[in-house]
Amino acid sequence: MMEKVILGRYLPADSIVHRMDPRAKLLFIFVFVLIVFLANNVATYALLGAFTLFIVFSSNVKLRFLIAGLKPVILLILFTFFLHVFFTKEGEVLTQVGFLSIYEGGVIKGIFISLRFFLLILVTSLLTLTTPPISVTDGIESLFGPLKKIKVPVHELALMMSISLRFIPTLLDETDKIMKAQMARGADFTSGSIADRVKAVIPLLIPLFVSAFKRAEELAVAMEARGYKGGQGRTKYRVLAWHVRDTMALLLLAVLAVVLFMLRS
Amino acid sequence: MSETVISIQEVSFQYPDQTAFALQNVSLHVQRGEWLAIVGHNGSGKSTLAKMLNGLHYPQKGQVMISGFMLSEENVWSIREKLGMVFQNPDNQFVGTTVQDDVAFGLENNGVEQTMMKERVLAALQKVGMTAFLNQEPHHLSGGQKQRVAIASVIALRPDIILLDEATSMLDPLGRDEVMETIRELKEKEGLTVISITHDLEEAAKADRVIVLNEGSIYTEGTPQAIFQMDQELLQLGLGVPFSVRMSQLLADEGLLLTQRHFNQEELVRDIWTLNFAK
Repeated sequence: MMEKVILGRYLPADSIVHRMDPRAKLLFIFVFVLIVFLANNVATYALLGAFTLFIVFSSNVKLRFLIAGLKPVILLILFTFFLHVFFTKEGEVLTQVGFLSIYEGGVIKGIFISLRFFLLILVTSLLTLTTPPISVTDGIESLFGPLKKIKVPVHELALMMSISLRFIPTLLDETDKIMKAQMARGADFTSGSIADRVKAVIPLLIPLFVSAFKRAEELAVAMEARGYKGGQGRTKYRVLAWHVRDTMALLLLAVLAVVLFMLRS
Repeated sequence: MSETVISIQEVSFQYPDQTAFALQNVSLHVQRGEWLAIVGHNGSGKSTLAKMLNGLHYPQKGQVMISGFMLSEENVWSIREKLGMVFQNPDNQFVGTTVQDDVAFGLENNGVEQTMMKERVLAALQKVGMTAFLNQEPHHLSGGQKQRVAIASVIALRPDIILLDEATSMLDPLGRDEVMETIRELKEKEGLTVISITHDLEEAAKADRVIVLNEGSIYTEGTPQAIFQMDQELLQLGLGVPFSVRMSQLLADEGLLLTQRHFNQEELVRDIWTLNFAK
């Protein structure tokens, strides 16, 4: 089940999108999320859709794979769609289902809003699919660097992020092991009422927490032994390089924003 | 000819809420290029000693000198540059998200320049034979491989001394051999001083000198051969003599004339099957 979920996963491959600077990608996503809200008619949505498809194709990630991976989200999108279909009362009445009447404006709005939602998720999952988590962290650390001036511990936060990313698989393995160990002792995680199942998680969580704390302590000692003394005087192994393509991508986005602005009604 | 890299004099240490001393009047010296094993059962004070060598504890009495630095809060960071440590749990000392990031972590901490870093990361991974795994994530590596990366992270910092704190105790026999072999090669080629803290006498057998700790003080010290002679005494200290040593001891008791006491199974087997040819 987990193999198909693509939210937050990285797929190693090579494409122009993969090679982009993570800072450029983060800025791109940030601006994209904002300008998606500029679209409000067929022309602007068509343009946004075409633009998104263009990004997907240049990223070498298969569209079919993307859509399959987004299945869990599609449920949410359908939910928003029907919410708008049933509750927006604009335009002509199309049909009457029981006490609910469906309006033309509702259907249009439903399509637009769910399309907007879909595009947002598509583009943001492209970020994690094409960027190794460590680069995302580096990008965030670099972008938020100026905040150090107002005493935001940017380096520490970035390190925390990269360590949590590093320990996700380790802790997943551990959860699996503890689960099996508890099942061997007669614990039942899969049947019973919801209250029973929630209770059954406790013998899973407590050992997991205990071991996570122990790991944290040992990791802290190991880090200190290797000379970690905070962000001061520290150099970076991974250097981010801003290329022409990164500037181009952001310029392209600016052009898109202007065109959207002119086409919107 | 040899130079003392570690000298510990009359060191005592007590944990805050305990009455017994974890270490009591311990003195020892280590020469450059030596391989010293410190053995003892759980609670013999060997881990406390390891932590003291790295400035994770400070002695309450006595003094610790490492590579010309006296252990104190001011120069603990210089000491950590000279003495690298490999810990027990392969997972809990892997900081980076990939092999190369992990090796680079210590270099980043010490402010090494980026271009230099690349070189030193590669060189260190080369020395432990892990260059093929540059971009691997830790959960795709075996325990032995993770420990080799940990060794690489230590030697990337170019220390004088490498301290193994039970570094092989969580590994399977294959992983253990893999790590010990890496250490042996490094010691030979780089002239590293090795201190291995262990309760595994088979690991201790590879050392030049063994120190047995018991209840916070030095019980005895000597070459592995000399230490393993004490068979029964070691058992009383909670340490098991390696199978091959016991086996050759028993064979010798039966009157079989083996050339020596054997520290590993291979040597023992070779000696047994060639025994009759010598006649």
